[in-house]
Amino acid sequence: MSAVPAVEISSLVKRYGSTAAVDGLSFQVAAGTITAVLGPNGAGKTTTVEICEGFRRPDDGAVRVLGLDPWRDGAALRPRVGVMLQDGAGFYPGARPVELLTHLARLHASPLDVSMLVARLGLESLARGRAPLRRLSGGERQRVALAAALVGRPDLVFLDEPTAGLDPQGRRATWQLLDELRAAGVTVVLTTHLIDEAERLADHVVIIDAGRVLAEGTPQELTSGVSDDVIRFGGPPRLDVGSLRAALPAAATVREVAPGSYEVTAPVDPSLLATLTSWCAAQDILAEGLQVGRRSLEDVYLELIGASAGRTAP
Amino acid sequence: MTAPDPPPVPPPSDASVPPPDDASARPSLFAPAPGAAPVGRMLLAQTLFEVRLLLRNGEQLLLTAAIPVVLLWLLTAAPVFDTGDYERVDFLVPGILALCVMSTAFTSLAISTGYERRYGALKRLAVSPLPRWTLLLAKALTVLVIEAFQVVLVGGLGLALGWRPSGSPLAVAVLLVAGTLAFAGLGLLMAGTLRAEATLAAANLVYLLLLVLGGVVIPLSGFPSGLRTVLELTPAGALADGLRSVLADGAGLPWGSVAVLAAWALAGLTAAARWFRWE
Repeated sequence: MSAVPAVEISSLVKRYGSTAAVDGLSFQVAAGTITAVLGPNGAGKTTTVEICEGFRRPDDGAVRVLGLDPWRDGAALRPRVGVMLQDGAGFYPGARPVELLTHLARLHASPLDVSMLVARLGLESLARGRAPLRRLSGGERQRVALAAALVGRPDLVFLDEPTAGLDPQGRRATWQLLDELRAAGVTVVLTTHLIDEAERLADHVVIIDAGRVLAEGTPQELTSGVSDDVIRFGGPPRLDVGSLRAALPAAATVREVAPGSYEVTAPVDPSLLATLTSWCAAQDILAEGLQVGRRSLEDVYLELIGASAGRTAP
Repeated sequence: MTAPDPPPVPPPSDASVPPPDDASARPSLFAPAPGAAPVGRMLLAQTLFEVRLLLRNGEQLLLTAAIPVVLLWLLTAAPVFDTGDYERVDFLVPGILALCVMSTAFTSLAISTGYERRYGALKRLAVSPLPRWTLLLAKALTVLVIEAFQVVLVGGLGLALGWRPSGSPLAVAVLLVAGTLAFAGLGLLMAGTLRAEATLAAANLVYLLLLVLGGVVIPLSGFPSGLRTVLELTPAGALADGLRSVLADGAGLPWGSVAVLAAWALAGLTAAARWFRWE
């Protein structure tokens, strides 16, 4: 693995009018890894990626992609970078999928074989049809756009919400493909607002909101910083959680997160679990779907975004 | 040291055999091998791609081929407008050639570029290895290729209908290129600033107005003199007049028309370069 980062963003600022879409953002992408930039809509994900792609000029800060400045060294950078725009955009409306891929392949020195690429992405039925791209569904365009990002055999790909609009099957196929890209030595930077996608795929997750990095690390690092474990269980709604809390150690919290759905947050040990189940027995409750678990990336994410929204709310 | 592994052998491209799903069987299908094609090859590929898409587009063909041919044939056969001292076909062929330039370099270019912009094709190409100047040159070559088809089509039909051209082919070529630049600047300005639907409507409207008022099929001498002066200063009026003075009157290069077209080209291309938004 190379010591030089594939992408290096330091103190990046991009303003539109008086609002800063990106507001002092810094992170690095190690070569040969999958990095997920995770954040809600409007967090500045697309702006950040489009600066890396050379579409926009930073107002402040510095960006290096494969050691180059995307704004000044675009000609040297473009052949080495594959790009998938948001919503599968970026096609000639009248071109057929294979025509577009074949054309983009011709712009590269040693592109992938288009029929192999089409087979690998399961696009054969689109390839056989005569429908132009403007007549395809959003999900179909997404997959063609992903193929278009790969056809030039890039070192690095930027994928802006690559699985938006895909069905679960298509999403899993894309995840598998991205694993394969990493195995082949391609660096992948993707944006997403899907937490499970980041958790499942990424070596490194960068959580951003309002143009700033809220947290970053491996999914394990992001979830392990929090010591408390969680017990979830279901039962009749409106149980007396006060009496349960009284039975548990002082550090525990008990919440009814939804009617009939309870969450106990505490350092979990066997005696805690025993206390909980005996309380249930005393109340004549059968606890359903009882689960002991670590906090998920989703818990961490929602907490961070919630705190960020609290700070920035007027 | 051993030689690096050879690239993976592609599986046989037999469509009836499904590809294996085991990713480990092709560990390095996606192994990076980046690089741009030579710029000449990119230019050729982009030009052929754009020509192919245009030739397949029915609405575009209606505009660039069917309308000029039908107008030339119908108006030669039936005396709809008084063409003064000219034989009808000798009057009509230069006007129809001007219409061809307008339909390809203005209407068709504006509409296709407007929709390419709307669907993000231009944005996508901006991150491909294709340099921007190569894209613009490819578009220019595409327009010239389509115009060459049109000249053959209209000229051939004209000759079959008894057209007797005079004047210098070089002067005709200069006028066609100047007209192309004048119309292309305006077309790109429209495509790069308006929404695609607005471009579609406006480009067709201007086409229709200049077809009627631009001296293409109706002699400008029939209009009141004040209006006539204005119409002679439109790109269509200048191009049709210039082509007619060479092809029908046998005059040399009409500098007045060339100057009008050059002014439009300069204004249109400068404005397009200034205001064209790629997305």
